[in-house]
Amino acid sequence: MVKTTIKGASTHALGIKDKVWAAGAHHRETCVKTLRDLLSSWVTSLMTWLVIGIALALPAILYLLLANAGSLGGGFDGGARINLYLAKDQNLLSLLAEIRAYPEIESAELINANDALKSFEAETGFGNILLSLPNNPLPDVIEAQPESLSPAELTMLVMQLEAVTGVERAAVDLEWIERLFAILALGERFVTTLGLFLSLGVVLAIGNTIRLAIENRRAEIEIIKLVGATDAFVRRPFLYLGFWYGFGGALIAWVMVQLSLLVLSGPIEELLNSYQNQFFLEGLGPATTFSLFAVGIGLGVGGASIAVSRHLHTIEPT
Amino acid sequence: MIRFDQVSKRYEGGKEALSGVSFELADAEMAFLTGHSGAGKSTLMKLIIMMERPSQGQVFLQNQNLNRLARRYIPQMRRNVGVVFQNHQLLFDRTVFDNVALPLVVAGYQPREIGRRVRAALSKVGLSDKESRFPVALSGGEQQRVGIARAVVNKPPVLLADEPTGNLDPELSAEIMNLFQQFMQVGVTILIATHDLELVKKMGLRQLALNHGRLNG
Repeated sequence: MVKTTIKGASTHALGIKDKVWAAGAHHRETCVKTLRDLLSSWVTSLMTWLVIGIALALPAILYLLLANAGSLGGGFDGGARINLYLAKDQNLLSLLAEIRAYPEIESAELINANDALKSFEAETGFGNILLSLPNNPLPDVIEAQPESLSPAELTMLVMQLEAVTGVERAAVDLEWIERLFAILALGERFVTTLGLFLSLGVVLAIGNTIRLAIENRRAEIEIIKLVGATDAFVRRPFLYLGFWYGFGGALIAWVMVQLSLLVLSGPIEELLNSYQNQFFLEGLGPATTFSLFAVGIGLGVGGASIAVSRHLHTIEPT
Repeated sequence: MIRFDQVSKRYEGGKEALSGVSFELADAEMAFLTGHSGAGKSTLMKLIIMMERPSQGQVFLQNQNLNRLARRYIPQMRRNVGVVFQNHQLLFDRTVFDNVALPLVVAGYQPREIGRRVRAALSKVGLSDKESRFPVALSGGEQQRVGIARAVVNKPPVLLADEPTGNLDPELSAEIMNLFQQFMQVGVTILIATHDLELVKKMGLRQLALNHGRLNG
C-alpha cells in the first residue's frame, strides 16, 4: 500500500523495464569504473592484490604437491607384488591355477625352490653357503601381480591368499604405501586448516581495505543517500571492489603457483625419476584454475559484503 | 504537500529541538522558515527528508505519514524532495555536470535523458558554460547555483533550501530568490530556511517563525 502511494505521488516514476535497464547499466558502469580506479592507483592496489595472492598461493601450491604425491602413491600401488611362500610338498601347478583364478590377480608365476636357489647363487655368489646345507632352505614361491588396488583392498587380498591351503605366508611390501597415504591424509588436513586460516586472513584484509574505501567516500555516500540512492546502489561499488580484489589476488596467486611449479618441477622430477621411470609434475589444470578464481572472488565479495553491512548503515546524512 | 502534526524532536541528552510544531504547506506554496540559530530550523528540515525521525507527532509528505514509511522506501521518498544546502554539499572530485546528474543517476535515468535534464537545469541557473568545470573553479555563488540545479534536476514536487543565500551578496540573493519563485510558479512547494529577515520582508511571503523549538503565532 505504501508503495503505490509513493508511485502515485511521484510525477516521474520510472517503469519496471527502465529500472531493470538502469540496474544493469549501473552494474556494468560500476564494474568497469571500480577496476579503472584500482588500476589508476595501481601501487596501492598491487599491495592488496599481493597480500591476497600470497594467501591464496600458499595453500594452492601445497594442495598441488599433495595431489601429485597422491598420484605417486597410486603409481607404485599398481606395481605392488605379492609373494606367496608355499609349504613343502604341494601340488604346485594346481596351487598356481587356484591363485590365477582370483579376479584381482592379474598374473602369477611359479618360482620353484630349485630355480630360486640357482638364481640366488647367480645373483649373490653366496650359493656355496646354501649348498653346504643338507636341504634347500628356500621355499617354492608364487609371485602374484595384483591389479591396481587401494591399500585396504590389497590388505584384504593378502589375507585371503594367506588363508589358501598350501600357502604358508603371503608378503607384500605394503607398509610404506600405508605410511605414504597416512602422511598424505595428514598433509591434506594441514593444507585444509592452513587454507581456512588464510581464507579468514583474506576476508579480513579485504574487509579492512573496503572499510577504508567506505571511510574515504563518506561525503559522497551521504550525498547520494540524500538524493535518494537505495542501499543496493550505495553498496554496489564496494562489492565490485571486493570482486576485483579477489580476482586480482587469484590472478597473482595463479602466476605465483605456476612460477613455483616451474622452479620445483626440475628437482622433483629428477628425484622421482631416479626411483621410477617417468614422472611429470602436474600443474594447474582448468578445473583447479577455475576453483582458485572462484575462491578468490568468493572471498573478495564475501569480505566486502561483511565490511559493507557493518559500516555502510552507520553513514547517514547529517 | 507538507504537514506537521504536533511534532516534537528531542535529541539524546534531553535537548528539545522542536516542541509541538504544527503547520501545513499547500501545493505550490512558498514559505520562509525563520528563527535564531538553534531555533530548530535544521531539525525541521531534517524531519522532512527523513534524516531524523520525530520523537512525537507526525510528519506528512504528499499525504504519506513518514513515521510509517519503511526504511527501504526512504530513497524513493527522498527523490520527491530537492534539497539545497547552506554548505552546498558538492562532490569536489566530479565536474559540475556529474554533480548535477547525481539524483538522476541514482534514480536510474538513461544517459541521454540525464544529459538533456542536466543541461536544462544548468541553463536555468545560468551555468550552461560551466558544466565541465570542477566545483573548486567556481565562485561561492556559482557553487550555490550548482547545488540548486542538482536539487531541481529531477523536478521534485518539494524543494527545501537551508540558508541558500547565506554567504551571497544581495544581488546574488535576489537572483536566487527569483529562481525559487520561478519554480513555485511551475508548482513546486518550497520551504526556505533563513535568518535574513530583510529578504523575508522584501519577498512578502508566508513566514514560519521558530523560537526555541516552538512555532510563533
